[in-house]
Order: sequence, then C-alpha cells, then structure tokens
Amino acid sequence: MFMVAGGVTKFAKAHPAMDFRLMVRKAWDAAVADAPNLTKDRIDGSRISYFSDHFTRQLKAASMVQDYLGLNPKGSVRIEWGGATGGECFQAAYEAVASGRMDVCLAAGFETMSRVQTWKGNEFIALASDTNYDFPLGGFYTGYYALMVQRHIHEYLRKTRFAHVKDEREAQRLATAEGSRIMSLVSVKNHVNALHNPYAQYPKQLSVDDVLRSEMISYPLTREQICTMSDGAAVAVVCTADRAKEFTDKPIEIIGVGTGTDTMRLADRPFGKVPLMAHESAKDYANLDYPGVHSFRAGRSAGLEAYKMAGITAPKKELDFIELHDAYASSEIQTYEDLGLCRYGEGYSFTESGAPFLPNVKYPFPTPKAGEIPVNPSGGLIACGHPVGATGLMQAVFAYWQLERSIGKHFGDTTLQIPNAKRGAIHSHAGTGSAVTVSILERGY
Amino acid sequence: MAPPKPKKYTKFRDVQAEILKSGSAIFRDANGVESLIVDSPYSIRYIHSYAEDSPFFLGLAGGKLMGSKCTGCGFVYATPRGHCMECGEPTEWLELPNSGRVHAWTTCQFGSEAFLKDTPYNLCLVEFDGAGSLLLARLKDCTQDQIWIGMPVVAKFSATPKYSITDVWFVPKK
Repeated sequence: MFMVAGGVTKFAKAHPAMDFRLMVRKAWDAAVADAPNLTKDRIDGSRISYFSDHFTRQLKAASMVQDYLGLNPKGSVRIEWGGATGGECFQAAYEAVASGRMDVCLAAGFETMSRVQTWKGNEFIALASDTNYDFPLGGFYTGYYALMVQRHIHEYLRKTRFAHVKDEREAQRLATAEGSRIMSLVSVKNHVNALHNPYAQYPKQLSVDDVLRSEMISYPLTREQICTMSDGAAVAVVCTADRAKEFTDKPIEIIGVGTGTDTMRLADRPFGKVPLMAHESAKDYANLDYPGVHSFRAGRSAGLEAYKMAGITAPKKELDFIELHDAYASSEIQTYEDLGLCRYGEGYSFTESGAPFLPNVKYPFPTPKAGEIPVNPSGGLIACGHPVGATGLMQAVFAYWQLERSIGKHFGDTTLQIPNAKRGAIHSHAGTGSAVTVSILERGY
Repeated sequence: MAPPKPKKYTKFRDVQAEILKSGSAIFRDANGVESLIVDSPYSIRYIHSYAEDSPFFLGLAGGKLMGSKCTGCGFVYATPRGHCMECGEPTEWLELPNSGRVHAWTTCQFGSEAFLKDTPYNLCLVEFDGAGSLLLARLKDCTQDQIWIGMPVVAKFSATPKYSITDVWFVPKK
C-alpha cells in the first residue's frame, strides 16, 4: 500500500470563510496540484474523519464532505477515534486498499473548533473522558495530562536526579521544576521549527524562560506547553502498488501500521510489566509499575505492532524522523519512551541530549546530539495546531513531503527538510492515551 | 421588519463579542472575504442513568465510598466496574476505606466552561490500601505548595448530595 498524494490547509485559530466541506476541498485541491492525474473518477471511495459532532453541530458531516467532493455514490465511512481520529483515518484507508476492497482510497479529515469559545471547546474535548467519574470534576484534559506528568516526574526525576534530597516535599518540588524546564525545551523546539513551516498556526521564537513564565494552566503545564484549538483539513490518498505510478513517480510505501488501546479512565490503568522492545530487558524495569498513569501503554503497543510489521528493531537508528502527537510537551517526552527512542525513564535526558532536535535549526540552548532522530520537524501539534480530525493526516502529509524531499517546495524553505530521509513514523494519540496509532512510511522508489 | 444589518469586524475576537450582544456579525478576513456569522445556541437535558454504577453514587450520598471486587480473581477496583478487566468475571460491591494517599495531583487554573467558576481547584488520583486501582477526585483545604505525592488524605462527603462524583472530595489527613 502506497501513499501517493496529500494536501493540507493552513491550520488557523479560525477559518470563518470556509466551512468543513470547503476546507477539505482546499486540502484536496492542494493534493491535486501535486498529482494532476488525481481526478475524482480514479478514487474508489473514501474514509472521512472528524472528532466531534459537537464542534460541527452537524451529524453526518462526513456525508456532506463526500457529497461536496462529488464522490457519491462511491463507498465511504466516517472515522472517529478521539485525538487519534486522523491517524485512524489514515489506517482505515490503508485497510480499505489492503483488503482489496478499493484500489485507490481518499482519507480526508477536518475539524472546525472555532465555532465555540475556548472553554466550551475544552468542555467538548473533555466529554471524551468518563462522564460519570471524570468529567464532572473539571472537564479539563490539561488537568488529566498534568496528573500524568506529575507522576512521570515522580517516577523518573524524583527517584533519580533528586534521590539524594531527604525532604520528600522539597525533592518533589525540585523534580517538578526540573521536569518543567526540560518540557520547555520541547516547546521551544516545536515552536522554533515551525518558524520554517508556513502551514503552522503558532510559529514562535521562544526561550525556555518564555515557556516557563507563560500562563499556568494546570500545574505544572503552562500555556506554551499545550497545543491550541484550530480549524483545518488534510487529505491523503492511499493506493495499491499497481496504481501508484499513475499519480506520482515518487510513491511512499506504508510498511507498518499499529494500534494500541488502554482504559478510558486514568484511575483504572494497571500497574504491571512493560511490553519490551529489542533494546530493553526486564531487568531495566525491575522496580517499575507499568503503565500506571505515567506512561502510555497504548503507544507502546502501537509502536511494537508497527515496528514488527516494518521489520524495525532499533527505531532510533532505523527511522529518520517522527511526527508525533505532542498535544502537550509532557506527552512528547512520554512518547519518546513509548516508541523506544530511549528507555523508560530516559525521556528527560534524551530531550536534553538534543537528539530529537534538528541539526540546522538554531535553538537558544545547546543541542549536542541534534539530528539523531528529529521529532516533530514540522513543529508538531504545539506549533502547527490540532484540528483533531485533520491532525493525524497532516502528519502523514508532512511525512510524505519529507520522504519525497519536497519540503523546500511546499514550505518555501528547505530548513526543515531532513537530508536523505528514507523512512519516518507518524503517531496519533487519543484521550489520556486510550488509543494510539503508529504508521511507518518509506520511500518506495 | 428586517433585522438591523450585521456589523462588520476584521478581528474574530470582536465577532465573538458582537454575536453575544446582537446575535449576528460579518467577519471580513485579510483577503476581503466576508462571512455572515450568527448566534446558534444549543442545550440538551439528558435523562442520564447511572445504571450499574448507581450504588456508587447512592453510596456517596450516604457517606460511603463504594468500590468493587472481582468475584473471580479478587481484584479490588477503587473506581467501580461491573466486570473485571483482568479476568472478565462480574464484580461485587465493597466499601473502601475513607482514607488513602495522593498518587498524582495538579492544580487547575482553568477548566471547561461549566467549571470555570470553581477555579483554581486541585485534582488528585487517590490510592487506597487494599485496592489495585485509583479514584480521581477534587482535593480541598490545601494549596498547591502544600500537596505532595504520598500525602495522606481523607474523604469528605457532601451534606447536600447532588448525586455526582463531586459529592466526595478529599482533604489532607490531620
């Protein structure tokens, strides 16, 4: 199965002049601009994703996209899977083709989040938490992620770097400050990378202090460590090997797909054993209860499945870049560990080493290992925005351009192009980690 | 009679304010494209059943924290479940201790629209002796600088229950 075209709209706080149908059409037009043979009669059907009926205030909005694109009476189905909606849509298109049901499938996604005010939007998002036990306590996803990172900091900074501090409260306070500082490195990376991405919603030249001093949202997460709400759309076209050359002479093969799940409620997460990757051993985690609320078992499962299918055993070496779901700077660090870029517990030092940074971007601090495995070269969700149903497909498009080595053409700036990029991963994440998808893409020529 | 002509704005924020005031506005974007934007309220009253979770919420109203215990493997859930996620057997109700420890916590300066009036508020995941899972709750009578992971806490129950998870909250154990 090959990805042969993709397009995105610019992600913005609001696109009042476009409804969701027109946004998807614009993303489709962008894909066609690169693949002129991509006419709608060559599409066998579609998978269309958006997260929330509350944001659209229109049920069956996916039917209206199918309709607007003139794809009736071909087959189509709506995909919804929380924050991982876009990633799941990409894999649904993959499956439609892999099953033999279609030769060419359009994956299209969108979200129009500007139609309500920010705190109502947070309410809609939080309705994707248990409405009996979780939502009535504040209805606030940033709060849930703050709980998780507090425990992550406790497991991996308090018990290591601050093990020598006798006073428990003082040790925890110091560990949280250290964790906040390191999360800010991620926020700076993603905002600064996005200065070279014209599709990004919030490119910014920032310092670590700027991030730390931005408004406190839910301790210890500050405003600049959190993605924002967006309007936007993205499309990706998936087809068989036989048909790929019709559309492009640079098809990108989808060599691995994986998904994982976990409990809806944080409170129910087990305290068990880590499903190991090749570079890990049970001894590494003798004293670790996993996943608890500090790690994403769904991300680990999705990664393991996708890597197995792609034949990857050393992801840091065998991948040239990753576009991952950094809805929070904290979850980017947690995801480094889930995806095996480092061991559990090494996410903070991995960040400080500079490994996920780009070598030819100037950051306001040293990044000695920059380029080892660039993560979110596009700027990720934190800087590009997060129109939920489009986000996972946006990652597919950015990954496609990286592998096609056309970042310069599409961004009007070659800074973010990873030289000789051959293989990359995209990672889409739902809820408090209740579902994750990982897909591996590789140059197929 | 025709309604007054909508006012034009070039800032989306101003459009939002105008909608709340007069119910309509025109947004003119940087390209000169004009969009008509109208107020469109939406509210729903659900007839929500707690169904198999009902004893938990009735328990809160009676000053009890009810967890559940698997009849197959004996796993104890601090947030009750009708069936065990490990072995699949049905669970039975059991009363949890009134005190536990903070497993993770945060202080929220914001919340979704319905909860902005409560800010700032603390959330904590509570661990209990004898239970294998946690309970998410509000943590009161303490400020951010006083909370720590491992802190002993005790449950308090509302004297005027609303049959909501907010009928219970935790405070530092004296």
